[in-house]
Amino acid sequence: MAVVTRTVARGVAYATADDFVFGRAARPVTTRSGLVIGGGTVFPEINFTLPPMLVTDATMADVLAQYRAIAEGICERAAALQVPGFVAEIETLPPMTFHPEWGLAVCRTVADVLGEFEAAHGVPTALRLTPNDIREGRDLEHLWHGRHWDLIMEVCAGAAAAGADLLAIESVGGKEVHDEAVMYCDLATAVTALTVLAPRDMERLWTAIAAIGADTGATPAGDTACGFANTAMVLAERHYIPRVFAAVVRVVAAVRSLVAVECGARGPHTDCGYEGVYVKAVTGTPVAMEGRTAACAHFSPVGNVAGCVADLWSNESVQNVKLLAGPAPSVSFEQLAYDCRLFNTATARGPAAARALRDLHSESDAGLDPQAWVLRPDVVVRLAGAIVTADGDYARGVTAARATLEELRRAHAAGELALDGREADWLDALSRAADDLPPDAAAALAGLDSEAFDPKKYDL
Amino acid sequence: MTTVESLCEAVQKGKTKDVLALIEAGLDEGVAPEELLNEGLLKGMGLLGVRFKNNEVFVPEVLLAARALNKGTELLKPKLIEAGVEAKGKAVIGTVLGDLHDIGKNLVKMMLEGSGFEVVDLGVDVSDQRFVEAVVAEAPDVLCLSALLTTTMGQQKTVVAAVEAAGLRDKVKILVGGAPVTPNFCAEIGADGYAPDAASAAELATAMLER
Repeated sequence: MAVVTRTVARGVAYATADDFVFGRAARPVTTRSGLVIGGGTVFPEINFTLPPMLVTDATMADVLAQYRAIAEGICERAAALQVPGFVAEIETLPPMTFHPEWGLAVCRTVADVLGEFEAAHGVPTALRLTPNDIREGRDLEHLWHGRHWDLIMEVCAGAAAAGADLLAIESVGGKEVHDEAVMYCDLATAVTALTVLAPRDMERLWTAIAAIGADTGATPAGDTACGFANTAMVLAERHYIPRVFAAVVRVVAAVRSLVAVECGARGPHTDCGYEGVYVKAVTGTPVAMEGRTAACAHFSPVGNVAGCVADLWSNESVQNVKLLAGPAPSVSFEQLAYDCRLFNTATARGPAAARALRDLHSESDAGLDPQAWVLRPDVVVRLAGAIVTADGDYARGVTAARATLEELRRAHAAGELALDGREADWLDALSRAADDLPPDAAAALAGLDSEAFDPKKYDL
Repeated sequence: MTTVESLCEAVQKGKTKDVLALIEAGLDEGVAPEELLNEGLLKGMGLLGVRFKNNEVFVPEVLLAARALNKGTELLKPKLIEAGVEAKGKAVIGTVLGDLHDIGKNLVKMMLEGSGFEVVDLGVDVSDQRFVEAVVAEAPDVLCLSALLTTTMGQQKTVVAAVEAAGLRDKVKILVGGAPVTPNFCAEIGADGYAPDAASAAELATAMLER
């Protein structure tokens, strides 16, 4: 098996926001099928899931029939809309990781349909396989060995052989601690979870996934902080926590997600990790993003700004239910395809037109929510530059938190970012908390007070 | 302001030290433990719950208040037992088999405790059998089942059926919740109630006690 080690990023791929735009990445990815991601064209990335049904041995025939029908419907739309290429993502449901044979059967089924489409139409496609990270719960022995780890590795290796082009994951190392932190808006604990515990796990996880990629030819793609930053985003949307806290978590999460690329991932970063724009700014690897087209899966305050630097444009996920226009995944694909046409038409007109469309995406959202503000391309480039100057993951996390809070305070004071009274109060409270963050990772770990944290699972 | 009113305020502000000091002061003044619980701790938590429902405070403020409430209840407990005061009701809660998402479940637990319930938390990924065992062992008034995924919500039906098969269906009210769960689904699987959020779940559980 190949051996992969971590190479820490020391600089940024984009010094200014001028070339930081959708469809173009400094380090494009070419898949086995010849799809060039980040090479100048934005492609749809369609994700889908089952309608309410159990996944068991008894239902597997129905499950596979569902996936086949979904994939066929998508290919039909792709042909009708003359898309230049697309990516399909399968996120395995927990039973499909606990029973790899089920997840791999789904992977093969969808890969077969995509292969038939490619052969018939000469249009490249790619299949992203994202195993559900099952390393949670009372049965987990350890993050890096034992049944749960072995099953994930089995799914990744098996998927590469079963036709998956891109390997991704939404890993959960540190999440049990972050879940507590997010409920209390405890900045110190959140930073520790995201930049001490999560990177410790990701380094092990991603060097292993990258080795599988090297051995099989599949592309190790990326790892979103969905369980961290999207949890915060959803809780903020429900008015459970302040939006400014969710915005800070998003940027600090970039430190965590960057580790995947430092350990061999090459992009495209997975769709629901909005912090992926920071990963692109630092590494130049392409990124999948989801915005207004993901309204079928969850609310977000970043529906337009999320598209500014997208190389793949995604819907997050949609259940296979029947709509007036057809199955929901087909409908969702159509929406993605039209958005991509617009992105690519702007690109074809030249850099000025692309930047103009990008800036409209940014300006239409950014001033309304701090979570949108931190996705502005100019803000991303600025904060990313600050983050990589810090030495070590924890120091990067502290820098990310402080720089983000400073940016939000500046934008709010300048009247560019609207925050209500409660949010402004929390911005002050979080700024004070940022000033008091522990000086280093050892102190942060020593100060960790979490019932959920089991140091043994991290070899600590 | 009386000691009980100050206690009510201190809970809402999540000031644990003040809560403990005010309980001691109240007991010294001869205030009945039940009054300190109901008019101080639980009233304060109830008022904060209303403010939370009206989007006037965030969860961290409610959690700090819940922490103060729990510490205060702990301090009062021996006096309450002495006085023969019982919890308003008992709830057993958990996420169903295959579902590891527990933030919603934890919020419901917090709101139930804030409403005066004793809560037994079974955690995540709980099998139908463990839920049945807990109903037998704990004899709760309410059983709360949480599911976040479309592929795990079916387990709520399995649990309802298991409780029925064990001959316990008339002993406990079953509440269901979670992002994909709907009132129709609740009715379809034979559960007793559905709540769209944590505050509503506590209100519904309280209402169930009166039925």
